[in-house]
Amino acid sequence: MARALGPVGLLLAWELLTRTGWVPALFLPSPLGVLAAGWQMLQSGELLAHVGTSLQRILLGFGLGALAGVAVGLAVGVFSLAEAVGNPLIAATFPVPKIALLPLLILWLGIGELSKVAVITLGVFFPMAINTYTGVRHADPLLLRAAVSFGAGRWSLVRKVMLPSALPMIFAGLRLGAGTSLLLLVAAEMIAANSGIGYLILNAQNLMQTTSLMVGIVLLSVLGLASHWLLTRLERLALPWKADA
Amino acid sequence: MRVIVDGVSQTFGDRSGQPVEALAGVSFTVAAQELLAVVGPSGCGKSTLLNLLAGLLTPTAGRLGFEGDLPAGRPPTAMVFQEFALFPWRTVLANVEFGLEEAGRPRAERRALARRYVELTGLGGFERKYPHQLSGGMRQRVGIARALAVEPAVLLMDEPFSALDAQTRQLMQEELLAIWGRTRQTIVYVTHNIHEAVWMADRVVVLSRRPGRVLEIVDVELKRPRSEAMLGEPALVHAVERIWALIKSQAREALREGAA
Repeated sequence: MARALGPVGLLLAWELLTRTGWVPALFLPSPLGVLAAGWQMLQSGELLAHVGTSLQRILLGFGLGALAGVAVGLAVGVFSLAEAVGNPLIAATFPVPKIALLPLLILWLGIGELSKVAVITLGVFFPMAINTYTGVRHADPLLLRAAVSFGAGRWSLVRKVMLPSALPMIFAGLRLGAGTSLLLLVAAEMIAANSGIGYLILNAQNLMQTTSLMVGIVLLSVLGLASHWLLTRLERLALPWKADA
Repeated sequence: MRVIVDGVSQTFGDRSGQPVEALAGVSFTVAAQELLAVVGPSGCGKSTLLNLLAGLLTPTAGRLGFEGDLPAGRPPTAMVFQEFALFPWRTVLANVEFGLEEAGRPRAERRALARRYVELTGLGGFERKYPHQLSGGMRQRVGIARALAVEPAVLLMDEPFSALDAQTRQLMQEELLAIWGRTRQTIVYVTHNIHEAVWMADRVVVLSRRPGRVLEIVDVELKRPRSEAMLGEPALVHAVERIWALIKSQAREALREGAA
C-alpha cells in the first residue's frame, strides 16, 4: 500500500496543478487529459498501429540479438580459437554507441524495417555476448572437475555445467538488453520512420500536440515495466534454484 | 574388483615451471570390498593420488590397474568431493542421476537407480529439493548417492566429511559404515584425520610428506560392525598411536617450513 503512495500522490499533485491553470496544457497536459487522449487514439486504431509496429521491431531485434549474443558468448567462452579471434573484436566494437551506426545501416539495408531491427539487434548482441562469455568463464572449476570425473565430454560440459552456470549472467544481460533496445527503438523511430511510438512522440511535438506526446511517453514506460515484469517471471521459471527455500 | 597401484610417481610443473614431485613410487593394492583409508600430513599428495585413481591424471611413472570383471556401463571409479561439488541447478534426484546420464543409461533405469540410492542414503522425501535448501550433511549424502548410483568398482572419497561440523561428521561416518555394510562397495577413503581413518578402515595407508611415499600400511584389528563403543578399544588406540608416531615428525617439519 505504502508503495503506491508515491506515484498516486504525484499524479494527484500533477492533476491539481494543471487544473488550477497555472501551467498551460500545452506544456503539461493533465493526467486525465492524457488518459482521455489515449483512449481516443485507441478507438481510432492509431495507437495500436504504432504500438504494433514498435513491438514488432523491438521483439525481432531483441530476439535476434539475444540469440546471437548467447551463441557467440558461448563459443568465445568455450573454444580458445573463438576466444582469440572474438574477444579483441568484441572489445573493439563494443564501445561504439550503436545509434551512431543507424545512418550506415540505413545506407546498407534501406530506410525500412530492416535497419531499425538491425540497430536493436546490435544493441542487444553486445551485452548478451559479453555476459554469456563472463558467465561461462566463471563456471566453478570444481563442478567442471566433478562432471569430468563422471565421464562428461565437452558437449555435456557446455550443456550441463557451463550454460546453467552462465544463466544468471545471461538474465542480467537480457535486462540490460531490454533497456538498450527500448532506447534504440525510440531513437531509430525518431530519426527515420513514419510509424511507431518514437515517431508518434516526435510527430506530436511537431504538431504541438503535447497530450499525444505524453501518451507516447506513457506507452514507453508501460513497455519498460512490462518487459521487466516478463523477464522477472521468466527468470524465476528458468532459475528455480536461485529462489529461496 | 582389486585396485593395484604399482610404483606410481607424479610430477607437476609449478607456477614458475619448476618440477614438483607430488608422489614418489607409491605402491599398494586395494582388495575387493575393502574400505582402505589413506592418511598423511598436509601436502602429501593425497588428492593427487585420488585424481590418478579417478583417471583425471595420468601418472608420470608407474602403473594403475583394475583387476576383475566390470559389468558394461559401470565406471571403474566415482568420486565424492570434500566441497560436495553438487550442481546447484539440479534437484537432489537430478544430481544423483548425473553420472548415470553420462554413462548413457536409459531414463527409466536412471530414475530407478537414483531413487534406490536416494533412499539408501537417507534422502527420501528430499528428491525435489535443491542443494542450497539442504544442510551440509544432507548435501554430502547427495554427493555420496550420486557416486554410489553409478555403481562404480571403487568409490573414491576425498576428505568427504571434513567440511562438516564435528557432530554431523560423526553421524555421517556411522552412516557411511552402515551403507558400506549393505553394499560392500570397495572404498578408498582419503582423510587427514587419523582417528577417522582407523575407526572406519580395514587398513590405513600412511603417506609421507611431499613427495608422498608409503611409510607403512597399518592393519586395523577391529571387528565389524564398528560402533562408538569401540573408540576406546586398545586395537584402535594402538593403531592411532602408531600412525601418529609415523606422521608426527613429518607434520612438524611441514609446520616449520610453513607449508600448508
